Amino acid sequence: MKKVTLLLLLFFSFSFVQAQIYFPKNTSLKEENNNYTVFTNATLFITPTRKINNGTLVIKEGKVIAAGSNVTIPKNSIITDLKGKYIYPSFIDPYSSFGVSKPERAKREQSPQWETKRSGFYWNDHIMPENKAIDKFKYENKNAKELRNAGFGVVNSHIMDGIARGTGVLISLNDEATNGERILVENSGNYFSFSKSVASRQSYPGSLMGASALLRQMNYDADWYAKGNSKTKDRSLEALINNKNLPSFIEAGNKYKDVLADKTGDLFNLNYVIVGGGDEYESIESIKATQSKYIIPINFPKAYDVSDPYAANYISIADMRAWNQSPSNPKVLADNDITFSLTTHQLKSPADFKKHLNKAFEYGFDKTKALEALTTVPAQLLGQSEKIGSLQVGRYANFLITSGEIFDKKTILYENWVQGTKNVIIDKNIKDIRGSYTLPIGGKNYSVTIKGELAKLSSEVKLDSITYPSKLSYKNDWLNVSFSDKEKTENYRTTSKITSEENITGKIIMPNGSASNFTARKLTSEEEKSKSSEENKDNISPEIVPITYPNVGYGNNSLPTSQHILFKNATVWTSEADGILQNTDVLVKDGKISKIGANLKSGNARVIDATGKHLTAGIIDEHSHIAAFSINEGGHNSSAEVSIEDVLDPEDIDIYRNLAGGVTSIQILHGSANPIGGRSAIIKLKWGEDADGLLYDDRPKFIKFALGENVKHSNWQSFNRFPQTRMGVEQMYVNYFNRAKEYDTKKKSGASFRYDEEMEVLAEILNGERFISCHSYVQSEINMLMKVAEKFNFKVNTFTHILEGYKVADKMKSHGVGASTFSDWWAYKYEVNDAIPYNAAIMTNEGVTVAINSDDGEMSRRLNQEAAKTIKYGGMTELQAWNMITINPAKLLHLDHRVGSIKEGKDADLVLWNDNPLSIYAKAEKTLIEGAVYFDKDLDKQKRSAIKKERNTLTKLMMKEKESGGKTQTPKRKGNKEFHCETIN
Amino acid sequence: MKNLKNIFVLAAICLSFSMFAQQTPALPQEGIITIVGATAHIGDGTVIENSIISFENGKIIAVADATTSKIALRGNVIKAEGKHVYPGFIAPAKSLGLVEVNAVRASNDQDEVGDFIPNIRSLIAYNAESKVVESMRPNGILIGQISPKGGRISGTSSIVQFDAWNWEDAAIKADDGIHLNWPTSFRRGRWWRGEPRGWLPNKDYNKQTNEVSAFLSQAKAYGNTNSNVVNEPFKATQGIFNGNQRLYVYAQREKEIIDAITQLKEQGVQHIVLVGGYEAHRIIPFLKKHQVSVLVKQTHSLPMDSDDDYDFPYKLPKLLMDGGVLVGLQNAGMSNFQTRNLPFYAGQVVGQGLDKEKALQLITSNTAKILGIDADYGSLTVGKSATLFISEGDALDMRTNLLTKAFIDGRDISLETHQTELWDRYSEKYEHKK
Repeated sequence: MKKVTLLLLLFFSFSFVQAQIYFPKNTSLKEENNNYTVFTNATLFITPTRKINNGTLVIKEGKVIAAGSNVTIPKNSIITDLKGKYIYPSFIDPYSSFGVSKPERAKREQSPQWETKRSGFYWNDHIMPENKAIDKFKYENKNAKELRNAGFGVVNSHIMDGIARGTGVLISLNDEATNGERILVENSGNYFSFSKSVASRQSYPGSLMGASALLRQMNYDADWYAKGNSKTKDRSLEALINNKNLPSFIEAGNKYKDVLADKTGDLFNLNYVIVGGGDEYESIESIKATQSKYIIPINFPKAYDVSDPYAANYISIADMRAWNQSPSNPKVLADNDITFSLTTHQLKSPADFKKHLNKAFEYGFDKTKALEALTTVPAQLLGQSEKIGSLQVGRYANFLITSGEIFDKKTILYENWVQGTKNVIIDKNIKDIRGSYTLPIGGKNYSVTIKGELAKLSSEVKLDSITYPSKLSYKNDWLNVSFSDKEKTENYRTTSKITSEENITGKIIMPNGSASNFTARKLTSEEEKSKSSEENKDNISPEIVPITYPNVGYGNNSLPTSQHILFKNATVWTSEADGILQNTDVLVKDGKISKIGANLKSGNARVIDATGKHLTAGIIDEHSHIAAFSINEGGHNSSAEVSIEDVLDPEDIDIYRNLAGGVTSIQILHGSANPIGGRSAIIKLKWGEDADGLLYDDRPKFIKFALGENVKHSNWQSFNRFPQTRMGVEQMYVNYFNRAKEYDTKKKSGASFRYDEEMEVLAEILNGERFISCHSYVQSEINMLMKVAEKFNFKVNTFTHILEGYKVADKMKSHGVGASTFSDWWAYKYEVNDAIPYNAAIMTNEGVTVAINSDDGEMSRRLNQEAAKTIKYGGMTELQAWNMITINPAKLLHLDHRVGSIKEGKDADLVLWNDNPLSIYAKAEKTLIEGAVYFDKDLDKQKRSAIKKERNTLTKLMMKEKESGGKTQTPKRKGNKEFHCETIN
Repeated sequence: MKNLKNIFVLAAICLSFSMFAQQTPALPQEGIITIVGATAHIGDGTVIENSIISFENGKIIAVADATTSKIALRGNVIKAEGKHVYPGFIAPAKSLGLVEVNAVRASNDQDEVGDFIPNIRSLIAYNAESKVVESMRPNGILIGQISPKGGRISGTSSIVQFDAWNWEDAAIKADDGIHLNWPTSFRRGRWWRGEPRGWLPNKDYNKQTNEVSAFLSQAKAYGNTNSNVVNEPFKATQGIFNGNQRLYVYAQREKEIIDAITQLKEQGVQHIVLVGGYEAHRIIPFLKKHQVSVLVKQTHSLPMDSDDDYDFPYKLPKLLMDGGVLVGLQNAGMSNFQTRNLPFYAGQVVGQGLDKEKALQLITSNTAKILGIDADYGSLTVGKSATLFISEGDALDMRTNLLTKAFIDGRDISLETHQTELWDRYSEKYEHKK
């Protein structure tokens, strides 16, 4: 009966709010309704910060007519008294794919797709700014209901696919309306991401750095197109240009990509709203520095099931911490005054939203901020504050009626009104019968607890400490509870008409079939408290382990800072003409090597007795692939537009391991998939700094080139990309340099030109502003590149790997190129047949500047040993060998004015060894960068035991979570990719 | 005689200029050879500072301290004051001679199709003329266990010496052991199918261990009859039950190791050698109880878990040795060319506090014991094969691992390689002094 009235009510409320019908109607007569709907006596939140006690809300035709305390109620009003109840503006989810399906995944094809398959659009399939979510939009009642039940009234949806995704659509979750009414904005914004479309298999971009380069080029091209320079029509760029003034959203997905997204936007004065990843709390300073606005998911990870200790070993401390710490993300963002909206994005179901939000509250997230993050902020991000996000006059009548403070755990959400349409979630007149009762039957006192969500109550019946299986149903004011003992011999059934929230009275059917009356007495709240400590649980703030820098195992408690240190009485390997100095002191001050000599005065410096120890410059690895999220952009045969600087991973544990091997500087090179690779990142291994903190401030510009089997795709299934031969490689270089020259000439002439990031980079090479480090194997190709360079009047800076360098060492010497080679690698592919470990020695003897490099996260932490191999293979002296990993790579990287040797005035990048550093027996004891200690063997020991202790703490907390019924996930270990030149991604 | 020698020298020089020839195997030992004055690293943990070592017909006939004993210096005397003598290093669990160039499929013979194929024998595919094998010798690695790779039971290995005309000449111990890759309880995510990268629980772990158990049960049952139906895989398995062959079990984690050893012992496998054993240090008493020795992964590797001690791979052999486990070193998972770094893997452990002579055992006597060839190889002991070398200095350190002479079964082998030939050729081109 009640249901029927409810449905009828809904129907009426729907038909009454229609106004100004301009279309013919044949199934009924056109009638207009001018009545008002009014709510009185509510605690009314017009905005999150504007609270009206005893407030009145007047709505009509789906909009707010009046809201406040002194409101005149029109005579033709339907009035609802909301005494004791609350009204809030309903929530907005600014980042959703509601009603808009993702396109189907394109089928895998035999050979890679290099070019676009579309025509009349942008040259890359993953750029689709012309897409319109509204064209694909189909309202979904079921999802809408889920969202409404979670408190949402409006969602902003778009096609979640591709790098440029087109425009989105803002939708009211109003089941009863037509699309004509519920679509609030049909061009709500532009949407971008770093992820390719699943609908196309076009290879480019194949990496994060490629995706960010493509976003940049797309914007450059739009500028150029807008000025009318293009001879052809490009519907993608036209759409981008037309929608320029809409708000732009970019899905970044983690703290590093947040920063990358911001940098990309800054280039074009675009203030992207950044969709974050939930880990922003880990590097809040760099997030704050973006000055961007954010949309933040709250899909906090589940605890791991650590009950099997073998399996639990696979979980890293970083992942354990993520479970423990990430619920603090909203609080940390709020504390740092970062404007952000929340979203259900990433959650399995909107039904989980409340649970996660509650967790954030337990971690101290401010409730007013939370309400803002769900109402006024998303409205503002969407530029729609005039329509949604508050209950000010003229806004849509999108509001919630609740039993109490909205984020109070016990609060019941009764109704969610959307555009003046009432949606009942739970009848607001329902009696909240949750609580504990004593039920006396036949001289025994059963204890009955009714708990759960009001819409889905459950019961627990106990006699003494024995639980009796029970069932509960509560519908239309009638409560039926039945229970029996375990053996099912004694069945009791009760039925009660509920008229109050106090004691429950009714009829009970006894096991023998007889019926009698009963009264179950509700326990007072004091009685409940003494009964269980359940209530107190809320008040205990969670135990949160502190974050470290970086926030992984072996992170620092605080960032290391430059120290004033005197190394006393060391054997000093200067890597300078002085060679090795015995019994020498080295003074470190302000991050620099301030003095070298005997019996130096310490002053205030911390004195380190280095008697019997060896002090060297930090090792420099010319060719490394650690500390990056991607290495190869294999989607194009030239990828000069990409840069490793975009994809630095300051949390890579290999940074720490390298420090423990005495390495202080590395060049992270692009991989070797393409003849023209990407730009390098030259960094110091300042473990704990963010990505920008790792980079040299005055770094020279480098780019990776590559020759040989990899660029020909000889060893993987790819047969249709140019080049497939070494002959093709030469012509590719000639072609690109010809074009770069023409580009540069045009640019310098002042003529209008299309900004092409790839050509910009190549022109820098021609102008001597950027250096090439070229992956190379056999003599023919080495010789070839030198000849190409000479033809275009530049020099190749470094040949890396250069395994047959010894065959053309004389030519290299006269070209003036340096060499960075493996110590002893060969036989892994055909082109290293003639690779010999004597290579470094022969090239050195011929006068070439030679470095030993790693290309490998394992070898890089033992480069001292790799250098020592040149003593065995080719008879280098110890000084020559040591130079190959210090001053020589510094020279090759044009950083020898700062690093690579122990010289007064240079950076204090130093390593203290317990033995001759070229010995297999030597261990690094301290590694300093600019006077700050980044590795210390004693500190390392402390960190090891701290990890054990913290694991134990977190394991206990996870066990507790599991025992108290929390959901868990099976242990797993995140994949750290280990990169080499040949890793394709 | 002298003329004959000259001819050989001439021939050797000629050969050294031909790009594709390998070093010619040395002739059998003639007469007695005595090395005098060198520091002899015996391989069993002891050292003789000033030694006399004599060998005849390929066997060691004297090992003595020159300062205390007054034995005559017989035969061809090699003065080696200031130099070091070592037993030839032994590289277990390698596919040397089965692969020439990793990326060239045609040169790759290490992994046959099939999961349980113990009847696949490495020996017959071993290329005694491999340039990669040849490059082992100048670093002191003179013996290898050549093993097939892949699958669950990859096949049967053989032990060879590295100076031979063909595989028959090379064989020291044919078909010495069977290699079993134990299933893993975690597996890598198949990211190309949309699973996350990284490691997930392997839901098939039990199924896979049951498959091993089923195969071995079948093989054992087969061995109990004289059926006239021949089943080669079952037949090839018999040695691990009767004790003639060792079973090399590749397992890393504590749980897998316990599962493997418990199950295999129950099934009657006599000699189990654990290969890898990343977490073996956690269950030392268990390993000792079951008399399981361990071939630890090369120390020059990264820790498996990001929170592990950075130097954990460096010290694992020491942790096990300190606990009383018999330990050797292998680099089964590395490219074959890397095996020439075997001495440095051992040297790395010294940096962790292990005694140098004990570290040497990791690649000599311990490995010989584990492989079952210790009667003839692995130490400088009278009666054993004269498979040894002289180095200018400490052979565990790359700076001083400089071989001047090497002998396999007393034969004076060449230390030239394809690589030294190219070195000579280009040094000559540039007129560099070597």
